[in-house]
This record gives sequence, C-alpha cells and structure tokens, in this order.
Amino acid sequence: MADVPKPKELVKIRHSPPFLTGWMNTPTEIKQGIACYAGKPKNLEYVGLPNPREWSPFDADWKLPPNWKKIILDGLRERLEKFRSLKIFMDICVRCGACADKCHFFIGGGDPKNMPVLRAELLRSVYRKEYTTAGKIMGAFAGARELTEDVLKEWWSYFFQCTECRRCSVFCPYGIDTAEITIIGRELLNLIGLNTDWISAPVANCYRTGNHLGIQPHAYKDMIDFFLDDIEDITGIRLEPSFNRKGAEILFITPSGDVFADPGTYTCMGYLMLFHYLESMGLDITWSTYASEGGNFGYFTSHEMAKRLNAKMYAEAKRLGVRWILGGECGHMWRVVNQYMDTFNGPADFLEEPVSPITGTKFENAKSTKMVHIIEFTADLIKNNKLKLDPSRNDNLKITFHDSCNPARGMGLLDEPRYVIQNTCKYFYEMPENTIREQTFCCGSGAGLNAGEDMELRMRGGMPRANAVKYVHEKYDVNMLATICAIDRAVLPDLMKYWVPEVDVTGVHELVANALILEGEKKRTTDLRGEPLPGMEDMDEEEGAEQTEGAEA
Amino acid sequence: MKLETLLLEKRSNIVTHWLDLIFETYPPDAQRFFKSRADRFDNPVGRTITEETEKLFDQLLRGDEAGLENISPALENIIRIRATQDFTPSQAIGFIFLLKRSIREVLKKEMDHKDILEDRLRFESRIDDLALTAFDIYMKYREKLYEIKADQAKKQVSGLLRQKGLICEVPEWRPIS
Repeated sequence: MADVPKPKELVKIRHSPPFLTGWMNTPTEIKQGIACYAGKPKNLEYVGLPNPREWSPFDADWKLPPNWKKIILDGLRERLEKFRSLKIFMDICVRCGACADKCHFFIGGGDPKNMPVLRAELLRSVYRKEYTTAGKIMGAFAGARELTEDVLKEWWSYFFQCTECRRCSVFCPYGIDTAEITIIGRELLNLIGLNTDWISAPVANCYRTGNHLGIQPHAYKDMIDFFLDDIEDITGIRLEPSFNRKGAEILFITPSGDVFADPGTYTCMGYLMLFHYLESMGLDITWSTYASEGGNFGYFTSHEMAKRLNAKMYAEAKRLGVRWILGGECGHMWRVVNQYMDTFNGPADFLEEPVSPITGTKFENAKSTKMVHIIEFTADLIKNNKLKLDPSRNDNLKITFHDSCNPARGMGLLDEPRYVIQNTCKYFYEMPENTIREQTFCCGSGAGLNAGEDMELRMRGGMPRANAVKYVHEKYDVNMLATICAIDRAVLPDLMKYWVPEVDVTGVHELVANALILEGEKKRTTDLRGEPLPGMEDMDEEEGAEQTEGAEA
Repeated sequence: MKLETLLLEKRSNIVTHWLDLIFETYPPDAQRFFKSRADRFDNPVGRTITEETEKLFDQLLRGDEAGLENISPALENIIRIRATQDFTPSQAIGFIFLLKRSIREVLKKEMDHKDILEDRLRFESRIDDLALTAFDIYMKYREKLYEIKADQAKKQVSGLLRQKGLICEVPEWRPIS
C-alpha cells in the first residue's frame, strides 16, 4: 500500500505516470507486495552460503561485502568459461522480440523489465561492458553499462520476479533459455549473500532435516499416520505403508508439501491407497523419512546447492539398497531429476533400469537417472488394465488440467496426466491451446516465489493462467483444476480465490484414489476430502452405515 | 442538442480515446502489447480492459437502473487487474476520470455550448459516482489479497495444532432422538 500523500503533494498527482526514460535510466523500486524478504543469517551459515547477516531489501543499505563488485565479476567470468550455454546466450540474442510478450509477469503486470529479452539484458549489459570490445569502448551505445549497486538491486529484483518456467524459450528462434540466465543471475547474487528467506530457509531445512519444512522423521511418520486414519474412515481399510525399509525394490520420494499442506495431502493419500492396491500384485515399495523431499530449492540458489540437496536421493537409495526410485507429483523436482541429476550425482550404477513390477514395462526414458514419475507409472497401469476404477465417484467434478511448467516443458509429460484423468473422471475439458501443453502458463509462484509477502506479484503473474481457467469455468462449468506439481497445489488455490473463486485445485492421484476400488473396502460415501460422493449428498451417517452392512452381507 | 446524443454519435472516438489514455498509464512497451490484437488468452489484460471499458461507457450512457447494475461486473474485471499492478491506489482507479478528459477532448467544440451545460454536469456527476464505486471495488480486492495472506497463516497454525494433538475439536454429533 502506498504512503498517504501530504497535502502539498496532492497537486502533484498525475493520471498518467511519465515513462519517457529508457530502461537503463528507469530506477528500480523495491516494493512491498512484489519483493520477498531476505534470508536469515542462521540459514546461510548452516549451509555455508556467503555473507550471512541481517538485512532487508527495503533498506537502502544491503550490507554488501566491500569487494562485492570483484566477487560478482569474477563469478561471471568463471561461469562464462564453465557454461558454454551462458556464453552463447550472452552473445546470440538479436532482440527479435519473439519472447517479449510471452512472460506471464509481463502479460499480467506490464513491467517491461519482465520481458524476457529485457530481463536478460540486465545481465547482458554488464557482460558487454566487461567482456566485449564494443561495449568497453562505446558504453551505452552498444547496450553496455557499468555494474553499480543500483544495477545489482535491479538484478535482485527481477531475477526474483522470474519463475524459471521457460515459456519464453519455447518461442525463441535461437533457443535461448532465459531460465538459465535467471539461474546464473541468482547464483551470482548468492555469492554476496543476496537471496530470499523463502528459498534459503527451505535449503537449510532440507540440508539438515531432509525436507523444506524441517519435518523430523517421527513427525513425518505421524503425519502419514494421520492420513491412514482418514483413509480408514473413508474406506474401512487400515493401510500399512513401510518406512526406511532396507531391501525394498522401490523407494518412493515425493515433495514434502504433499505431506504437509492441503490439497496436496489428499494427493498423498492417493499415493498411499494406490500402493496398497498394488501390494498384492507384487509392488514392494518403501517411503523414506530422510529423503523426505522431492523438491529442490537449492536449484533456486546455485547449481552447487542443487547438487548437494539432490545427492540425498541417491544416498538414501543406496543405503536402503533399492533397485530404483519412484517419484511423486512435483514440478521443478522433475526438471532437476530429468535434466541435471545424472550429471550432478550420477551415474547411479548401483540402481537398476526401472521396470514396473506390475506390468513389466521398462521405463527406458529413466534408464540413466533410475527415477520414474508416478504419473507415467499410473498411466502404464491403466493402459495395461491393472486398476479397477469407478470414475462415477468423480462425477461431481468438471476437470481441467494445468500443465505444470517443468513436467510439461522440462520433460514432455503432456499426455500421461490427461490419460489418467480421462480414465478416472467423466468430465474433462481442455483450456485453450495457447495456454496448455508446451505453451502452458506458469502458476506465477514457482522457483521459490511462493512466499506470502509477494502476493501481488503472484496474483499478477498467475493472471494469464487464471484467465484461461475462468474461460473454461464460464463455458463448461469447470469446478476443479487438476495438476501434477506440489507448488501448483500450494499456490493455485490462492490464485483461484482471487480470480476464479468457484474453482478448486486437486492433484491427479487424488482423482485416481477416489475412483480406485480397493479389495474389501466398505461402500464409500465421501471422497478423500470428506465431501459426499455424487448421489450421497443427502445420505446421513446412519444410512451410510446400514448400506455398508448391506453391501458387506 | 442533448449531450447523450452527442456521446452516442461520437461513441467510438470517445471510447478509443479513453482507452488510449488508460493504456498510457502503462510503460510504452506494455502499451504496445496491451493494445495489440493478440487474443484474449495471449493478451488477457489488454483484451479485458478494452472489452470492459466499452461496456462501462455504454452502461454509463444508458444511465438507467439496469445499466447501473451491469456497471459493477465490468468495473470489477478492470480493477481486479489493476489492484495487482504497479499502481498507487489513486492511479489504480484514476482511469475513471480519464473519461472526462476523453469527452472534453473529443467534443471540444460542442462542450462549451450553453444548451448542454446541465447535461454535462449531470453526466460528469455520474462519472464521479463511478469513481466512488471503483474505490469500493478496489478496496474489496485489496482486502481479498490480505485475506488470502491471513488465511494462509491461519491454516498453517491450526493444522499444526491439530496434528500435534494440542487442541481437540468438538466432533461432529447429533442429539439422540
């Protein structure tokens, strides 16, 4: 909220703000509602990140180390030598503008520095000044500029207004991946302790306890027990999942959000019920209370930190002696697994190429990482007729599917989730084609931006997505937005509350478990959320119990 | 001649000019994009502002009860967007007053005519009323933002208390009949 103007300032109120300066001369304002809070020193110290101190981005003094400029420029030079892609991305852009109007933050907010081309220019202009002859001699005429403290603040502001969703890169004729520029930008900023609390706290928690929230092993098990109680109430069956069991065939790792926050918790119940269903068919799977996080906020800090946090997955797989890893519904977890894990910490020679114990299907795409996305696993089960399903239990839901950026653009999981939804639900409606699949709009809160303090940024960034949901809501009466990403499940409910309050959010495995007919289950009257199933709306508990007895008899 | 007739005659010019003035509240690159012909999914802000502004003008011109009733949804669709963008509160709803400027500039000659003075005052009052409604709507969405933030915190705390067994809520029950 803006400060209230003094009486004398009233005369200065203009209806049209002046925007006549070029981008280089437009100062960056660090605003409440847009910027995230700064990382706490204890979290930086715990993982050995530089320059731990109390600071605030809203203060003028960011308490930088005296030689900050040298650290950044040396860091940039090192990365230009190390990453050929960065060097190419710095040199190759012809500013054709194809990416300019593809970023959800620009589309929803209108801040030109959120045009991917311009966000990259923030870094490129300094690169030109330091590393190109034209830039050194001609300065601003060649699009070059000195690295100053203001430039640094601008970097911090805009590299933390990018969700690394890579929609812009789909449209770049040269294949420039602006997400990678943001990744390097954040990595450079972290060299001098410029970070956000919402990223550095999960990193420290994950490093120490095994997950972003700092859920300790006993509490992790407690929470799963809590779900088992609910599942027993709904189905009459007590499940017995195993934890940290050595010698299991498969290790299951999911984002901790599934264990902790609604509506991800219902997705988690879905995994538990699916695994129980498959047990008698030969599924031998264990959960881990140590590798209790699939997500990787290290990826939003630096490559090195991503590697360190990712290592625990393989370490736990090795310790337990499993053959391969099955992973839950998550977003950036899968970009890290699919595109980085093998070179970060591989090859995982001690694991085997994943084969479904139920269908015998070889997951050749996971030959190298040894890790399979659960949506592929379940799609394969359905394709091979291994699941008894009653889709009518989802008849009260009119579903649309949000392609999460990383599984969609990062690994091409486009048809599997749709196949699973269409086999578990009757009513499915696609959003317009320029908003789904490879062109999907980001939720607006990925890459560590899902904090609470930057809500305006999140709402404007998620606006293009919400706009498409609103369209299918108005046209087909859609009331449920399905997705296969934990961050989506955490943030889309807020986005819907603001833009399309009639639509709720679900994970796909919640839909699977609603439809899944478990051996020996009682007649279900509610879905996993405790809401009446279609046709059961008027039934009270006693009637439900009578019917159950009848069904059993 | 009545002002309403003039406004109807010059509807297209007035609305176009009003839209230009509204888009001028954004930086030049954003103006170009919002005004582009990209469809309602690629350019949701531009399309929404364009469509809803046209509706606003038409309903305002009707001035009857039905017209006024339809004003709120159109106004909401614009302000819900501007409440999340880089505007101060006054800038976020100030676009309403740009209609006065648009009318004055488009009907420059006609506006000084004595015959329409009364009409003009009445119509401008209607625009002022619209601004007050806009203020209410702006507050509604700003409060919504803070409500979302507060709900997040509340949900986390109550979830924790329940899971840790620190509180015991009353179970669902029915009196024995």
